[in-house]
Amino acid sequence: MRKLHPVISVLSMLTLAFLYVPLLAVAIFSVNATRYGLAWRGFTLNWYIKLFHNEVILNAAWNSLVLAVVSTLAATILGTALAIGIDRFPWTKKLGTTLDLLLHLPVVVPDIIFAAALVVAFGLLRMLSSFFEPGLLNMIIGHITFQVSFVALVVRSRLVGIGRDVEEAARDLFADTPYLLRKVMLPLLVPGIVAGAMLAFTLSLDDFVISFFTAGPDSVTLPLFIYAAVRRGVTPQIHALSTLVLMTTVILIIGMERFTRD
Amino acid sequence: MATTKSTGLAVRGINKRFGPVNALKEISLDVQEGEFFTLLGPSGCGKTTLLRIIAGLELPDSGKVILGGQDITSLPATRRQVNTVFQSYALFPHLTIFDNVAFGLRARKFPKNEIEGRVGKRLEMLGLLDMAHRRPHQLSGGQQQRVALARALVNEPKVLLLDEPMSALDARLRAQVQVELRRLQRKLGQTFILVTHDQAEAMVVSDRIAVMNQGMIIQFGSPKDVYEQPRTRFVAEFLGAANLLKGRKKHHGLETDIGFLVLEREPKWENGTVAIRPERMHITEDPASVNSTRARVREAIYRGTDLDLWLDPGPLRVRTASNQHYEAGDEIWLELPSEALVILDE
Repeated sequence: MRKLHPVISVLSMLTLAFLYVPLLAVAIFSVNATRYGLAWRGFTLNWYIKLFHNEVILNAAWNSLVLAVVSTLAATILGTALAIGIDRFPWTKKLGTTLDLLLHLPVVVPDIIFAAALVVAFGLLRMLSSFFEPGLLNMIIGHITFQVSFVALVVRSRLVGIGRDVEEAARDLFADTPYLLRKVMLPLLVPGIVAGAMLAFTLSLDDFVISFFTAGPDSVTLPLFIYAAVRRGVTPQIHALSTLVLMTTVILIIGMERFTRD
Repeated sequence: MATTKSTGLAVRGINKRFGPVNALKEISLDVQEGEFFTLLGPSGCGKTTLLRIIAGLELPDSGKVILGGQDITSLPATRRQVNTVFQSYALFPHLTIFDNVAFGLRARKFPKNEIEGRVGKRLEMLGLLDMAHRRPHQLSGGQQQRVALARALVNEPKVLLLDEPMSALDARLRAQVQVELRRLQRKLGQTFILVTHDQAEAMVVSDRIAVMNQGMIIQFGSPKDVYEQPRTRFVAEFLGAANLLKGRKKHHGLETDIGFLVLEREPKWENGTVAIRPERMHITEDPASVNSTRARVREAIYRGTDLDLWLDPGPLRVRTASNQHYEAGDEIWLELPSEALVILDE
């Protein structure tokens, strides 16, 4: 392999440090046996144990989990269908390009804009039904709206990878549409669908902005709890909680990588 | 056109447009049962589109596809007794070789023991029995191609379509596979329709060739017919090398740049072209009585099996045995036998 210029090596090391030192610091403080200060006072898992005795935190974790699981399930089904529809339906070229743009847009629109839009939308819907009071249901709907695009994009790249030949071959070999979906398309799409779902789950678990704007008094999630708690001062318990959330995310991302790799 | 045997395939007046492109213009053809028929033409001539219409993967704008006396134009691919070997093979990457080959039978809910029997037979026939439990990506290109063939043949289609099935194989393997394919088709007695741009391949395997260009069939005929009696300049040049000589009709012959040539027939035109294959011209020591011309070797190209001479006046090209010795600058006499001069339509 070619040798890197020392400046580039140093710069990339610094960049990596910039990215990961704060996270590492949080993880270290979560096992530091002191409530205050930056000095190392010995290893402890006390903060983690306390975490699991804190009703409020457990409740927030439960809300986060329900929100992530339900919204991910819904977004995965909708996103997969959307990807198949956009990729396989014979759209005219112009319409195809427009749909493509519509699919990418939610990914790049700032969360805060999305959240504000949801507030307006739910406000209007509330006039029709009390169903749309701020709370877990609204949060689930809100999360689905941004997750769908991510799932659809991942599934679609997989669809493009599979190509049309295999599908035509299956039709040529007497497969009707249900048989084609069951025996060819779905098995080949599973890695993409799982990867999309994991990405959606991660996004939901970590989301703050959309949750903040759509949450009700009883639907505090972990990110919302951490935000509220930090305003009262960062405690080692928060470090422990953050570390756990971070680890969950890391595991999901590694899992996703595994699935998308062929 | 003659009536089709009820078991053959007939295509009648097919038209197909893709936006501004007229991909197929009034295509009609008949393929007899048990025939090895080839659609030969350059890329973009519409041959693959025609194959896809026969397969049911594409709908024609107008015209009919008739299989065994039954109009199948509007029947989807799923319900046609026609199977395809795709250019990319399009094997199912998640299924084993056995499951790939069994796919068509399973989709039609054949009983399990019959599936096993028929798949086993095809795998054995194509020498794939040892790899029945492997996945496509573990096979070589040649093996994958045989799997694609087995997967289509196991359904005993009335017509087997082959879309450039050898384009992904290297030259030596291709030559071998061509002969095997020919042998297989003879043995099975099934109707094969091959699409290719490789004229040598078409010659080796086909009973009959349709030469296509720009969405039209230019000429039908046996490999020998289309090679030796090309009707147009395009056919003459697409199927191997050809010398084209322009001239004006004169009594019993043609006045050309290289002199008067005696022809076997009267051309229908006043001004036109005749073609002659490089290997059908003779190099002589002395001038022959007729159709003889003096030429000078501009370039001699040794090709192993034969020796190509590019001549002045040009661009004339003659092919002779490679044990002959000629080099640039040599003066020769060239004889163009009347029976080798082909009068082109245009």
